[in-house]
Amino acid sequence: MLADKDRIFTNLYGYQSFGLNAAKKRGDWDGTKALLEKGGDWIINEMKSSGLRGRGGAGFPTGLKWSFMPKESDGRPHYLVVNADEGEPGTCKDREIIRHDPHKLIEGCLVAGFSMKACAAYIYIRGEFVAEADVLEAAIQEAYAAGLIGDNACGMGYKFDVYVHRGAGAYICGEETALIESIEGKKGQPRMKPPFPANVGLYGCPTTVNNVESIAAAPTILRRGGAWFASLGRPNNTGTKLFCISGHVNNPCNVEEEMGISLKELIEKHAGGVRGGWDNLLAVIPGGSSVHLLPKNICDTVLMDFDSLRAEGSGLGTAAVIVMDKSTDIVKAIARLSAFYHHESCGQCTPCREGTGWMSRVMQRMVTGEAEIEEIDMLLDVTKKVEGHTICALGDAAAWPIQGLFRHFRPEVERRILEYKKSRKAA
Amino acid sequence: MNIKLRSAENFKFTPENMDWAKGQLSKYPDNRRESAVMPLLTRAQEQNNGWVSVPVMEYIADMLEMPYIRVHEVASFYTMYNLKPVGKHVIEVCTTTPCWLRGSDDVVAACKDELGIGFGETTKDGEFTLLEVECAGACVNAPVIAYRKEYYEDLDGHSTRNFIKAIKSGEIVSSGPQTTDRHKSAPQGGPTTLKEFCALEGGKR
Repeated sequence: MLADKDRIFTNLYGYQSFGLNAAKKRGDWDGTKALLEKGGDWIINEMKSSGLRGRGGAGFPTGLKWSFMPKESDGRPHYLVVNADEGEPGTCKDREIIRHDPHKLIEGCLVAGFSMKACAAYIYIRGEFVAEADVLEAAIQEAYAAGLIGDNACGMGYKFDVYVHRGAGAYICGEETALIESIEGKKGQPRMKPPFPANVGLYGCPTTVNNVESIAAAPTILRRGGAWFASLGRPNNTGTKLFCISGHVNNPCNVEEEMGISLKELIEKHAGGVRGGWDNLLAVIPGGSSVHLLPKNICDTVLMDFDSLRAEGSGLGTAAVIVMDKSTDIVKAIARLSAFYHHESCGQCTPCREGTGWMSRVMQRMVTGEAEIEEIDMLLDVTKKVEGHTICALGDAAAWPIQGLFRHFRPEVERRILEYKKSRKAA
Repeated sequence: MNIKLRSAENFKFTPENMDWAKGQLSKYPDNRRESAVMPLLTRAQEQNNGWVSVPVMEYIADMLEMPYIRVHEVASFYTMYNLKPVGKHVIEVCTTTPCWLRGSDDVVAACKDELGIGFGETTKDGEFTLLEVECAGACVNAPVIAYRKEYYEDLDGHSTRNFIKAIKSGEIVSSGPQTTDRHKSAPQGGPTTLKEFCALEGGKR
């Protein structure tokens, strides 16, 4: 188990104040100026050597992403945008950072923004997090008042502003270009890439969009060194990670653990085990609703990191572990996710706009068995037609849970269809 | 456009809200005033009894020098803008899979029964509106209800009834976990990590 001294988010549960004094006692804002004085290139190299992969779901190397920003400005300002539009079902980690450890995020904005010569950071927080946004605003005001950010951030002669932009209820704004559109005052509909945000992002200017957890981890990584972070976890899957363990466990919770911890250990150590014991486990969705579910036999041994989960055809995603015991109607659980994606499709691309509704309606019938056996293959065929044929990944995210269901639980759906037919005949 | 909604009263920010709106505008570059459309709509909705009417949209469009249709597009795209009147108390129940696994069906049933309305409906006395929402982002505290600025977590049918009864009688219910005595998103029974740290001064419970 990860030692407490290696945990980054020491106020994860909010036992202490979020305020600046308490944050400083926890080590935040310690020697920030010295970090900045080492220069932007040093910061980026340190982030690269830490091996940190984006914590928002895609797992793209954070340091590498920062290095994509133009080295010199061509006259356009640079922006850092922080994605706090947390809404992937199962995921509730960024909320804890924002309401309990906001100074980690603000300091992270400064060091990241400095490394990419940004003039400002916009933190896009989902609209439902009202109390959380209030805490964040209060923490930002503290940082301004202490001269940590603002016209002369940390006494570096560098002007850096941090702004909060509240969303208003749209899962799609978690997609980086939709989020940028939303800040620009438009509907949150993703943009075609290229051009990538590093060249043409917010207001047509070079922009980097990062998840809250990635940015908030950065100051600790810089203080302790990329090598420290890289020494945790496994190669290419380094560091610590916030896990959200929900569903049928005895004690659902958030916890920071080492990457590559086994799923079983994670659940048994921190979440009090599966309800009714490990043998009562049916399946786990290991990385937020978008990834393939894993049946128990894989859960027995799988490790929680990007590469291990990908090897099982699933993914780490946001590390939101949704546990389902044997009492679960697994088809209904996935059908509810299909309804979610239908609700959240922005409607821009036809395969997603039409496909999510169609898939959701067919999934509803699969729950009761009111379908034909051939429709299973038809449904899977449609998921393949949606996947990879849309501007953003929401189409993929809608397709994968269904594919995962049939990969591991096809006999269950077939049983329901046959049973339904039998009951109709009997009647 | 519905004629009734059109002929609703004119809308204007209160002086306090106008000051606040100017502060919002200062967050964005001078030539990017439309960036403030979302915060302004949110504040206007609060002032306008919880919903965005056509005069509200037109007022904000004029203020930001945006075509009316652009503001309407934004207001209709994001689910938190209510385009029709709502009750004084808006109860939002999450029913997405993580909440559903932990018994959101019971929470929904309790709400419907206590209030006598279904999703998307408002009680006849205009007091309550019940809404179904997609993932609220508090899954380890499922099932959850969002009410005003806060989340009410770890609910079951019984605690949901108590919650609604309390609102009806004007009581203030404290937010966070309702059926457990755990601290926020720490596991029930106390943290499995950072034990020393969580016991430090300033720590509660």
